[in-house]
Amino acid sequence: MKPPRFEYACPATLGEAVALLTQRHGEAKVLAGGQSLMPVLAFRLASPSLLVDLRKLPDLDGIAIAADGVRLGARLRWRDLERDERLAAAQPLLREAVTHIAHYQIRNRGTVGGSLAHADPAAELPGVAVACDGEIRVVGAAGTRTIAAASFFTGPLATVLAPDEIITELRLPPWPEARRWGFEEFARRRGDFALAGIALFYDPGAGGRAENAHIAVIGACARPHRIAAAEAALNGRVVDEAAILAAAAAAAKAVDPPADLHADADYRRALVEVLVERALRRAAR
Amino acid sequence: MGARNVLVGSPVERLEDLRLLRGRGTFVDDLARENVLHAAVLRSPVAHGRLRAIDTKAALALPGVHAVITAADLGARVPNIPLRLIPLPEMLPFEQPVIAASKVRYVGEPVAVVLADSAALAEDALEVVRLDIEPLPAVTDRVAAAADKVLLFEEHGTNRAVTFTVRQGDAAAAFKEAPYVRRERFSVHRHTAVTLEPRGVLTEWDRAQGHLTIWGAAKVPFFNRQILARLMVLPESAISMIENDVGGGFGNRGEFYPEDFLIPFAARHVGRPVKWTEDRREHLIAANHARETDIEIEIACRKDGTILALRGHAYADMGAYVRTNGAVGPRNSAQFLAGPYHVPHLDIDVKLLVTNKTPVGTYRGPGRFEADFFRERLVDMAARDLGIDPVELRRRNFVAESEMPYAVAAVTPSGAETEFDSGDYRITLDRCLQEIGWSDKQRLQGKFVDGRYHGIAIGCFIEGGAAGPKETARLVLEPDGRIAVLVGSAGVGQGLETAFAQIAADALELPLERIAGVRHGSTTLLPEGYGSYHSRAVVMGGSAVLAAASAFKTALRDAAASRLGCDAAAVELVDGEARAGGRSVTLAALAEDGIAADGSFTNHHHTYAYGTHAAHVAVDPRTGHVALVDYAAVEDVGRIINPMMMRGQQIGAIVQGLGGTLLEHLVYDAEGQLLSGTLADYLLPTAGDFPSIRAVTLEEKPSPINPLGAKGAGEGGIVPVGGVIANAVAAALSSLGVEPRALPLSPPRLWRLIKEAQGRTARTA
Amino acid sequence: MPVQFEVNGKPVEVEVEPRLTLADCLRHELRLTGTHVGCEHGVCGACTVIVDGAAVRSCLMLAVQAEGAKIVTIEGLNSADGELTPLQASFRRHHALQCGFCTPGFLTTAHALLSEEPDADEERVREVLSGNLCRCTGYIPIIEAVLDARAAYRKPGPR
Repeated sequence: MKPPRFEYACPATLGEAVALLTQRHGEAKVLAGGQSLMPVLAFRLASPSLLVDLRKLPDLDGIAIAADGVRLGARLRWRDLERDERLAAAQPLLREAVTHIAHYQIRNRGTVGGSLAHADPAAELPGVAVACDGEIRVVGAAGTRTIAAASFFTGPLATVLAPDEIITELRLPPWPEARRWGFEEFARRRGDFALAGIALFYDPGAGGRAENAHIAVIGACARPHRIAAAEAALNGRVVDEAAILAAAAAAAKAVDPPADLHADADYRRALVEVLVERALRRAAR
Repeated sequence: MGARNVLVGSPVERLEDLRLLRGRGTFVDDLARENVLHAAVLRSPVAHGRLRAIDTKAALALPGVHAVITAADLGARVPNIPLRLIPLPEMLPFEQPVIAASKVRYVGEPVAVVLADSAALAEDALEVVRLDIEPLPAVTDRVAAAADKVLLFEEHGTNRAVTFTVRQGDAAAAFKEAPYVRRERFSVHRHTAVTLEPRGVLTEWDRAQGHLTIWGAAKVPFFNRQILARLMVLPESAISMIENDVGGGFGNRGEFYPEDFLIPFAARHVGRPVKWTEDRREHLIAANHARETDIEIEIACRKDGTILALRGHAYADMGAYVRTNGAVGPRNSAQFLAGPYHVPHLDIDVKLLVTNKTPVGTYRGPGRFEADFFRERLVDMAARDLGIDPVELRRRNFVAESEMPYAVAAVTPSGAETEFDSGDYRITLDRCLQEIGWSDKQRLQGKFVDGRYHGIAIGCFIEGGAAGPKETARLVLEPDGRIAVLVGSAGVGQGLETAFAQIAADALELPLERIAGVRHGSTTLLPEGYGSYHSRAVVMGGSAVLAAASAFKTALRDAAASRLGCDAAAVELVDGEARAGGRSVTLAALAEDGIAADGSFTNHHHTYAYGTHAAHVAVDPRTGHVALVDYAAVEDVGRIINPMMMRGQQIGAIVQGLGGTLLEHLVYDAEGQLLSGTLADYLLPTAGDFPSIRAVTLEEKPSPINPLGAKGAGEGGIVPVGGVIANAVAAALSSLGVEPRALPLSPPRLWRLIKEAQGRTARTA
Repeated sequence: MPVQFEVNGKPVEVEVEPRLTLADCLRHELRLTGTHVGCEHGVCGACTVIVDGAAVRSCLMLAVQAEGAKIVTIEGLNSADGELTPLQASFRRHHALQCGFCTPGFLTTAHALLSEEPDADEERVREVLSGNLCRCTGYIPIIEAVLDARAAYRKPGPR
């Protein structure tokens, strides 16, 4: 399972990197952590003519926390995200989701940008980005643009990224202290891709009723998305057992899960229901 | 044994570890050879088809590519790989050719071999070899195979290779008269060993000497040399098979595969050393699969639970060819269906059917894992129907110690006879109940606690070992006065070097440090050898070492006697010296006389270790997930050479069994493509999955058939796992009426069973 | 193309194709065959080495990405005096290996973990090691060995 032949470049600036991608008209691929790209190459599922390594680009791996939210550099590794104590308060949902990502060694190399660009529908970060109204900054030949996470993913392993574009940053809005959240996923073994997962939050409003519910699904979908029907079932209600069951049932009805080797659609749908229940119970505690 | 047993029975730290922990093991891919070419195997992309043409022009044109070998290079007839075990004439039409010639019969079948300067270049070349295959419909299950509408071997006229039958007493009469009868269908799915090290072969042909050297040998190097000699038309003496460090076997690695011919052939063909290293994707489609068997089985009992008869029709999905030992699993599943229980009447047959999938071979506890699942599920069902405690029902039916040696019903064809050598099955049963806390745990049986249903079950088993006919060993006195041990047994990671050093040192009444090492497996060490399979190494190799040690001591005494001028009987061997009458000579000095001694052990009886496992599971009905809360295993192996290594074998085998029951599954689609073709899809157990397992090994009933009193013990741990877990799940979900009948018990499959049961309950409510 | 990095304390320079993985570079260019290749798609962990202090699957890294890095392989975990290190001795004592093929990956991973987290509890050890596959041992002896080795990492001094 040796990779096919390719050329390799390690540019020193973002401009150079974009130029290299542009020149190859879609035949080049970006290399960050390599944890998703390398298996693709090993199985010869792709044959890029050039890999553009982002390793030397400065200023892409920071975590900035300010009043207007959190900014995660595209080359930020899970390992460094895990170690930043500030995120426990600044983005607790993100922090919890990261603990489910793959394994120790993968987390030492895998990156925020890599996960977003690879767009596996069962990956945790795309789901959290969508759940939290994240925005993805990219740089390409035409300049810089900001794309809402909700519109970024178009299908399994597919995004709106043009071949000459590189993700530079993920931005997440500020997180109110009173916010309730939950993250639940079901995988065959710890660290496996989720057969289904739920990332959610709501803000407690007047009388303890839920407001601003954001419930996103991963794994039981072609691309991560919020489940409007489940959010509607929850908003304006006190989060008691009846509300939880209603939201969960609405979620199960609304999702359109894929069937594959590991699970059929009905099973994934059932998982969505129980995971919404469990995530809401956790949030409401 | 010798006068002292200081080492045998002790948890001696392993000698192999000293190099393995330091990264100094030598596995076949670690070897380098000057001038070597790297081989890549082009494998059929379709499951069934007529191979019309192979166009190698583009591949040969790539820089760095030296040759592309196809069937055309092998001459008029492409030879088949013969059967090593159970070589019945009925199965000859189903032997695998060393390379596809006119047809391809499974995805993964070798079609061509590319030789290039590097593995990467060879793999590049694979992509541009053009295959012209006329596709044929794929036969992907045993039902379609049995219909014989699409034939894998047209000239033969059927997809049924052979049927094994086990008959004893009068089952028909027993079923007619029995007050209780239950019939069920069960199935075990396709899964397999998946060694961490994939396969590999390195070969060098010395044209001047006419000698072929093969590195990467494992399991049965001497047998494989016989086969290779015939296929290459060389005398056996012209071939050396070298065994290096081996990254796991489990029955899977070491059988004679097509690559074991193709790579040596390639080396001789191009006159350069050739190295082939299997990659993981290949391994999952090319190395033996195992276990896919289903059965219609009936049990007949008296009202008190005494089992009168077992009747069954089983079907084994063999894959596209019958490989060297492919028939062993199915034969065992019939022969050992009764397990440790006394069942006077038996009528069981198992049909071996070929399908367009990877061929099967043995995998740890072949056929026994399947048989135990079938039988133990039915026993628990019978217990529940009859209102008898499942423990008591098993105890009531055990073959008794007084019946030993107990003849197991013969299988026809093949006729091999076997009998249980010794054992008191109640001992391991009682100890296991104690270990798991059976009485205490009953309060949880079937209960719904914190969102999960709890279930506890036990399973009883026997493990056959020590297959004959023979094994050989030699002890050699080295110049430094230490003793080298050479054995025909093969190492697959199980710790032979340590176990045999313990046995030899005790037999020689010397400390462990005086053993210079144990070398094993390679055909260069001894004139004959038999290898490691069917849990035979300790009994067969260990007993051969004992015989060699005895002869060695005689040789030492004789040599010392002539030097010391006394009778051999007067010589004492103490530490590094031979002493008599106040004089002494060091072993190092005696080494000048070139002292070595051979020993062998010939045996036609099997050993039968036995035991009981118990499992406590908690099932989440919302997800179908089965959590293993606790697992206890007790096995009596007659004699424990190294208790630390014995525990390791048990736990390793149990975890493999748990993987096979809950996680692993080789899934094919309707076109015969393997869907679970990566380790991300074929789910092996990890450290996080099964943390609570306890294994106890006993030495209650030694085996009378070998001087060590030992029994083969490497496979018992896996044998009962499927049955125990399935029974525990059934017990957990008994209030829902869920009866698992098919493995694996993956969450989606179990969830569906629960949903169906809940649907049934809702309808009847 | 040329690549320079440090392996087990020694500087190396190799001339490699971009597509050569770090695992294959270590094994075949540098003849450090202690690192093993079990899957080439980042699942089994047998190829784990330590890159700039972090345990990494070397089959998921290209050799060219190692430019300027400090790499430690299983060979680099051996002690200078030839004795088994506390981690190695613990593995031996607990029979945490049988065929030894997965062992280099477990040793490098355990060493990286305990170097940073000498007080890792059983849950953490199990979680981290769940990224390495073993087919022989059933894992329980490996967990025991790693937990038992913690004491050596809590003390100051060489390991």
